[in-house]
Amino acid sequence: LSARDVASAGLLDRLRQRYPLRSVVLGAAAPIGALIFAVIASSIILALGGHDVLEAFRTMFKQAGRPTAFVNIVNQALVYYLSALAVSIGFRMNLFNIGVEGQYSLAAFSAAYVGGQITGGGPFHLILELVVAMAVGALWAGIAGFLKVTRGVSEVISTIMLNAIAIGLGSYLLHNLGTVANNNIATKQITPSGRVPGISYPGTDSKIFGFLVIAIIVGIVYWFVVTRTRFGFWIKATGINEEAAVASGVNVKRMTIYAMLLSGAVAGLVGLPEILGETYRYSQTSQAGLGFAGIAIALLGRNSPVGMAMAAMLWSFLGRSADQLEFIDVPKEIAGIMQGVILLSVVIAYELVRRYRLVLQQKDVAAQLKTVVAPEAVAS
Amino acid sequence: MTATVQAPVREERRSRRMSPGAILLVAALGIFLIFSVIRQLTGANDLTSSGTVAAGLAAAVPIGLAALGGLWAERSGVVNIGLEGMMVLGTWGCAYLAWDHGAWWGVLFGTLLGAVGGLVHAIATVTFGVDHIISGVAINIIAPSIALYLTKVTFANYPGGGQKQSPQLHDVKHITLPFSDSLFDLEKKHWFLVSDVAGVFRGLTTGLSLMTITAVLAIVISGLVLWRTAFGLRVRSCGEAPYAAESLGVNVYKYKYIAVIFSGAMAGLGGAALALAASQFRDGQTGGRGFIGLAALIFGNWRPGALSAGAGLFGYTDAIQLRSATAVHALLLLVAVALVLVAVWQARTGQRVIATVAVVIAVLAVIWYFLTDEVPAELVGTTPYVITILVLALASQRLRMPKADGKVYRKGEQH
Repeated sequence: LSARDVASAGLLDRLRQRYPLRSVVLGAAAPIGALIFAVIASSIILALGGHDVLEAFRTMFKQAGRPTAFVNIVNQALVYYLSALAVSIGFRMNLFNIGVEGQYSLAAFSAAYVGGQITGGGPFHLILELVVAMAVGALWAGIAGFLKVTRGVSEVISTIMLNAIAIGLGSYLLHNLGTVANNNIATKQITPSGRVPGISYPGTDSKIFGFLVIAIIVGIVYWFVVTRTRFGFWIKATGINEEAAVASGVNVKRMTIYAMLLSGAVAGLVGLPEILGETYRYSQTSQAGLGFAGIAIALLGRNSPVGMAMAAMLWSFLGRSADQLEFIDVPKEIAGIMQGVILLSVVIAYELVRRYRLVLQQKDVAAQLKTVVAPEAVAS
Repeated sequence: MTATVQAPVREERRSRRMSPGAILLVAALGIFLIFSVIRQLTGANDLTSSGTVAAGLAAAVPIGLAALGGLWAERSGVVNIGLEGMMVLGTWGCAYLAWDHGAWWGVLFGTLLGAVGGLVHAIATVTFGVDHIISGVAINIIAPSIALYLTKVTFANYPGGGQKQSPQLHDVKHITLPFSDSLFDLEKKHWFLVSDVAGVFRGLTTGLSLMTITAVLAIVISGLVLWRTAFGLRVRSCGEAPYAAESLGVNVYKYKYIAVIFSGAMAGLGGAALALAASQFRDGQTGGRGFIGLAALIFGNWRPGALSAGAGLFGYTDAIQLRSATAVHALLLLVAVALVLVAVWQARTGQRVIATVAVVIAVLAVIWYFLTDEVPAELVGTTPYVITILVLALASQRLRMPKADGKVYRKGEQH
């Protein structure tokens, strides 16, 4: 198939060529199948626990339909989305950044601390906070990248260790640099110039974090970098086949450092929507566990910017609307179980689909060979 | 050419090495000596007091069992970062039976639930070839949710139970060896070396939980099984070279399954030990001990003896932080001494840069010691992780994990 053929074909044909029906169906089968499996599994658990299964699901959907709850779901989802973006940068080149957790907690503390020290400054106040957060996140992730390229230390292990160190360090810094407010140690409150104003949503006083805009921009930049630049191509090439990438001149060590730094920089933003949009200070009660959610969402969304956004909404919907379950005496932990089951079954489903695709491809190739080889065999 | 010249030299160096037993003895004596000197210099008697040692030993048990779980899985080639989740299952399972049926039933059930967690990990990683880290992350998400869900369904209705905790549990027996009390007088004298030895021995033999003995037995037996039986050789061959093992007729899937299920069981046992020591199940009780176990495993270079030492070290730092601020402060000097030793050893093997880095950190530790009066508690809690990072960064050339560790294996697919 020559380039001119592709160019002359209509838009629909080109789309069909790029996304063949079979591959689209197979691609959708895995997440949908996993979702169905998770619903079945959690229904069984709920039923075994003596709860009304239908009532539980109805409660969750009803809750999500309320404007206030919807705003909460969107707010949580955009936080998850940033975390997933951070993780997926690493995933693209087979790097496991398990350390998003530690990176964002240190970064959020630093940004809130620096932001709290300053009054005024106009837009530079906010920009400074973002820069500090990204720099601290990148620095903390960079340690893992540095250890990997200089000492061959697995980034999985080093980021797990760095997570725990970051949490200890963060709580030490907070106790020494923070101030006591409402029986809770926190950084100084950030003045309005350093805040991100919320977006109103009809039917509720709660506001969607203005950080949504930043999250969308980061998503677009991510899409552009990974699909439209040489850098993104190199990252992908290294992830798919490192030897081939090295052979074509990619400096894998440098790429590893860059990927970790970028991943950490995005991870640095994860804690900010809440701090700059709602609490205006960093305190011990700030959210934990976002890093692991990011890993799950990046997997669920297959590192695609749109896929991850949908996965983040799903994750957030499950977590947030489950809070309502406590009112009908159903433990809200069923949401955590569902999230975990979705993750586990989706990765298994992806693997099964991958194997099935290989079988199909082999069949296609065999069929093609038959048509090509047969006349030759006759001729000889 | 170079290879043939080098071979005899290496042979000679190996023959000059001491036997493992002798190394252990010298190392133990050296550590005692350093501890005694620093205790005398700083007056931090809690460094080697029987109370610290006993608490450290108790804290080391769950960590050691988690590390043992990691050893089984990783020796068969499966990375298990789901240890944390399997431990949570163990704590809940133990509490479920231990609160009214007796402690040992709890231990058994906790171990069993841990094994179920291992089974899930085995199904995902071995049968379906899912990435080991991903499966582990999923288990770490599911397990605490399941444990808390079950707590709300069961314990919440029990007398003394709650939404996030179980009723009080029965504990297993604690034993005290007959001579250990007489060591106390000796320990109180604070004599150089003698009192330290007395303190440590008294700590190891007073109020010893049967769970501690179980853990030691589990580690010793695991070591024997893995390194002294045909079964163990096959398990390890799956972790080193699964396709070679396959070509010799080893059913790699089977051995991986057994090892990973056993890995979960050991993590569950560790969780049970944790619940019994705390006399109840609480939400968030494991507090990252599964990950510390992983750290102990790496610190111990994927060997049972050394991982026990790692678990002991991490348990010790955990215990000392709760007991004495001055002792923790004195630990800074210990760290400095240890780093200088690392530097000497690295310099001898020609690793100048690493030796320099080690010396710099040692100097910083000494400066920190003299500039401050105590080390903040938040930072002490990070000791196991800092040590593991240092070991990985400064001595990684001596670490050797199983060669096919973390690699997905599929029968007949060697390329």
